[in-house]
Amino acid sequence: MVTETSTQKTTPSIGDYLRNNIREYGLLVALVVIMLFFQVVTGGVLFKPVNITNLILQNSFIVIMALGMLLIIVAGHIDLSVGSIVALTGGLSAIMLVKMGIHYSLVVPLCLILGGVIGAAQGYWIAYQKIPAFIVTLAGMLVFRGVTYVVLQNRPIGPFPKEFQVLSTGFVPDILWFANPLPGTITNLFALVAVLVLVGLAIYAGLKDRASNEKHGTENEPFAFFALQMGIIAVVAIFLGFQLSTYRGLPNVLVVMAVLIALYTFITTRSTIGRRVYAMGGNEKAAKLSGINTERLTFYTFVNMGVLAALAGMIIAARLNSATPKAGVGFELDVIAACFIGGASASGGVGKITGAVIGAFIMGVMNNGMSIMGLGIDYQQLVKGLVLLAAVFFDVYNKNKG
Amino acid sequence: MDNIILEMRGITKTFPGVKALDNVNLKVREGEIHALVGENGAGKSTLMKVLSGVYPAGSYDGEIHYDNQVRNFSTISDSEHLGIIIIHQELALVPLLSIAENIFLGNELATNGVIDWKQTFARTKELLDKVGLNEPPTARITDIGIGKQQLVEIAKALSKKVRLLILDEPTASLNETDSDALLKLLMEFRKQGMTSIIISHKLNEIKKVADKITIIRDGGTVETLDCHNEDISEDRIIKGMVGRDMEDRYPPREPKIGGMLLEVKNWNVFHQHHRDRQFLHDINFNVRAGEVVGIAGLMGAGRTETAMSIFGKSWGHKITGEVSMHGKPVDVSTIPRAIDAGLAYVTEDRKHLGLVLNNNIMHNTTLSNLEAVSSAGVIDNHKERTVATDYRSKLRIRSHSIYQEAVNLSGGNQQKVVLSKWLFTNPEVLILDEPTRGIDVGAKYEIYSIINQLAAEGKGILMISSEMPELLGTCDRIYVMNEGRIVAELSKAEASQESIMRAIMRSGEKH
Repeated sequence: MVTETSTQKTTPSIGDYLRNNIREYGLLVALVVIMLFFQVVTGGVLFKPVNITNLILQNSFIVIMALGMLLIIVAGHIDLSVGSIVALTGGLSAIMLVKMGIHYSLVVPLCLILGGVIGAAQGYWIAYQKIPAFIVTLAGMLVFRGVTYVVLQNRPIGPFPKEFQVLSTGFVPDILWFANPLPGTITNLFALVAVLVLVGLAIYAGLKDRASNEKHGTENEPFAFFALQMGIIAVVAIFLGFQLSTYRGLPNVLVVMAVLIALYTFITTRSTIGRRVYAMGGNEKAAKLSGINTERLTFYTFVNMGVLAALAGMIIAARLNSATPKAGVGFELDVIAACFIGGASASGGVGKITGAVIGAFIMGVMNNGMSIMGLGIDYQQLVKGLVLLAAVFFDVYNKNKG
Repeated sequence: MDNIILEMRGITKTFPGVKALDNVNLKVREGEIHALVGENGAGKSTLMKVLSGVYPAGSYDGEIHYDNQVRNFSTISDSEHLGIIIIHQELALVPLLSIAENIFLGNELATNGVIDWKQTFARTKELLDKVGLNEPPTARITDIGIGKQQLVEIAKALSKKVRLLILDEPTASLNETDSDALLKLLMEFRKQGMTSIIISHKLNEIKKVADKITIIRDGGTVETLDCHNEDISEDRIIKGMVGRDMEDRYPPREPKIGGMLLEVKNWNVFHQHHRDRQFLHDINFNVRAGEVVGIAGLMGAGRTETAMSIFGKSWGHKITGEVSMHGKPVDVSTIPRAIDAGLAYVTEDRKHLGLVLNNNIMHNTTLSNLEAVSSAGVIDNHKERTVATDYRSKLRIRSHSIYQEAVNLSGGNQQKVVLSKWLFTNPEVLILDEPTRGIDVGAKYEIYSIINQLAAEGKGILMISSEMPELLGTCDRIYVMNEGRIVAELSKAEASQESIMRAIMRSGEKH
């Protein structure tokens, strides 16, 4: 294991590279394989435009919460309370909108702040009183669920004003309708154009990054891999974009989700906060002795989780068009599973936003595919559990072998 | 009684990059108390780990003869079966279990998994009587003092039919009365024919009980002294422990000592965990610009605790006293403030406290000063790479790139990464805690060169080290600590291994 003398730069062979990054490529390949599998066994239903739209609507909140959960897991903690926060913030938004008639433009930020306060309330005990997150958030899970029952008086509240429902069931209007070359097939040209532009930007950014690495003598992944990876992502994205464009276009939540994914990817890879979270999760004592305020950082990761859970809570309430005290039961487990399938380490310090997002979609596609096949919720749980175990075993196996 | 119970022949044990033991020989007669002495890191504990099977047969070279047979222990239980029991410095007791439960842990008096408590308590009582411990077998370990815990460990060893008892620094954390009681017990056991090996720094105690003394230095046996043939003085033992030539192991330096940098006055600190116990008493010291100041002392003297309590109060509580830089008081109450005040602390435990092992060299280098490579919270990748590449070449960190994970570096290179991290905060005073522990000779020389370079740039260096030759070879001035106090301040001219040891021993006798 000790690499002592070789100071010269070596270009790793493709085999080495694959071995070192097998987890990331493996995840992407797994998602594609699972998608193709269900496309075949569902007789092509999976990739139907309406189903793709459903898939996005059904999983957006899991993905959004996985972004916050990933930070928490990387920091070396866990949050079991997100399902209950979803119910509570959904319920409170319903009370404010439906019962009190407050305008949605006020309700949305209020609920986000409320989520932050809930996160802060839990973060305080974890960060400053050093009570294990597992216990604090387990208590939070019970407390906030209880509070939800109380404030909703055990009854669902709905329906919501139209403007609020748009948050989760609306679509981005086709601002390019005048230029549509195939009015018969394509019903929302903007969706396709937006996806094409984004794919273009991604490839441009990737190439620029490589060039910059080259200039500064930094190791690049082999070009073949870069091209293959970009190729797969581009093909899948364009295909999905096209399918969406033949239906109602880009769902609003997809846009929210994409912006958040980009934001959190940036935070984890480029910001000082992200770097410090990884350092803290990797070795909390060393991070503290390096001058990092680990308590404050832990506190903020939970505040952040609360805000994202509140957003998810509103999206779910808007989608169901009613706030029920049972909303979000068991979501915390899906969110945590997404992070672990995505390669996060239970001991902290390791994990990627892209991994968590792909992990969430792997679970989402399996849920969706099995539902279409008519498999009951019982089998779905069984399969999800086995996939989680297999993914983590794959990690452990790789680590021991390496 | 002339029976040789144990003979270790030509034991050589190598760790990646370091030869911990080099052709060590040890011969122990049945029924004697054999002392093993040497500086920290000389290889005493490693030798005992080889003997007890912690390092299994095959992972070292050489032969172990026990009861006139070659033995190849592959686990601890192999050696325990033959009555070789080792009691480590950190006691292996479960604090919340009772004395009886601890004594028979893993060795319960049970039939079909059902514990016979009556017999367990009766047997425990017998064993406790043998070691002279008057506590009920049901008392929890956490409720009895450390001295009594030590006796429980010995009772546990007796329960396993011990023939060769190995004690690693048994009295290090005991007060005088408890130490005396323990030593008396060992002599009692000797009368009954039991053999013991005792590792200790307390030479006065060794003189009191040992029949033979084997001295180990730098991983090799120096000599075995027979206490019955001649009167062995402490100075004689110290000479054996430290006598080596020091030429060329330390790069030369012309000290250019400037104005006052760090001053610590009347520093009093209470223990981090035992909150009513004062651990550091009236510590006063100073470091000038361009000066390398050493702190010598035995393990547990309070050197690391002094450094950490000053560095952002990261150790201890009820801390009182004053820290000033350039003659002006500074706030060191949190680590970021201590860093702002111009301090840096390079920890003795680089794996647990110094590095984020699964992060790469670059990330570790910039961790303490991310602001310098970022603007508005966004890291400038190019700037960060430049900084890391710079330190990598300046400190000659041998790695294939700045992207190599810290866990895959050798000890010396890991230490250089920690140094990079702290140099990048541009400190005025660097506190180096055991900067060369576990590092091979070549890398040590490089670390010394870096220290000299920093001093030449006008930085103040405070160096804590258990290796006296290292302090003598690099420091302009040496403070000696013992039992939470500074007991001597020696100029370069006054300092020698003997004078340091004498200062420690004398202060120890006063209490």
